[in-house]
Amino acid sequence: MPDKQEIFQKVQEILCEALSVDEDEVTPEARLTADLGAESIDFLDIVFRLEKAFDIKIPRGELFPDTLLQDERFVKDGKITPEGMEELRRRMPFADLSPLEDNPDVKNLQDVFTVDMICKFIEQKVAVEN
Amino acid sequence: MRWYWIDRFLEFERGRRCVAVKNVTLAEEYLHAHFPGYPVMPNALVIEGVAQAGGLLVADQRGYQGNMILAKVPKAVFHFDPRPGDTLRYECTLESLRGEGAVVQATVRCGDQEQGEVEIFFANAAHGPRARQLFTDLDLVTMMHYLGAYQVGRDADGGPLRPPDHLQDRLSTLWLGTAEQ
Repeated sequence: MPDKQEIFQKVQEILCEALSVDEDEVTPEARLTADLGAESIDFLDIVFRLEKAFDIKIPRGELFPDTLLQDERFVKDGKITPEGMEELRRRMPFADLSPLEDNPDVKNLQDVFTVDMICKFIEQKVAVEN
Repeated sequence: MRWYWIDRFLEFERGRRCVAVKNVTLAEEYLHAHFPGYPVMPNALVIEGVAQAGGLLVADQRGYQGNMILAKVPKAVFHFDPRPGDTLRYECTLESLRGEGAVVQATVRCGDQEQGEVEIFFANAAHGPRARQLFTDLDLVTMMHYLGAYQVGRDADGGPLRPPDHLQDRLSTLWLGTAEQ
């Protein structure tokens, strides 16, 4: 089973390839969209690469919960509802949701997607599968 | 005029790999302007050819359902420009496939030289809030037929590759020119 450092290095390599960024830009706190320039299509590319690199399966919505945003119970008037926050906490125990807790504007969800979030997700995933 | 950037499949193994060829000829008009006195095929069109070969590999594996379109080219490295008289060989491998997208990797060869390496990421345009239908199953099967995939192809069990049963009759009428337009 890969340790934290090995996971970070692999994730770093994957993001460099998927987003055409330099290694030194891929820090743990870097946000995929705001800092590394990821676009929507890149998220699926990243999922494919993670699956291959770590030999795992990542079902749709498990890492990046895009479908949640289309549910009107969870998003109202461009803001994530308390039910939506609860759902995010349940689905994304690997994520630091503080950017949303400060301001539940749906646009802030992308700030939750950081390099560190991916690493924590992989750590949990490989721990469960091994 | 159809936007075809491959001429024929030489090999087609359902769900695994395919090999297609593209013959570059001075009869192709774009070469006269690219560049005047020095005709070379733009490598962007090599990418398009790989996307067509790889895209059909993806479509066939999905039963010609859905609309997998070229969404991203994570890798495209070329070593030289193709010239009239060259035959390019696109060797494509299906790396990943799921409902939302697929990845195809390809090596392009020209004679005994490697001309390039391309990775193509396809996304399913039929997914998500802006879903739309771009091709019908008949469009895709017709392309497969024109390109000889059913002459050389093999299905997952190694048997002859065939179009889906429900399209065979429609294809026959299309070839006889009696299909409704």
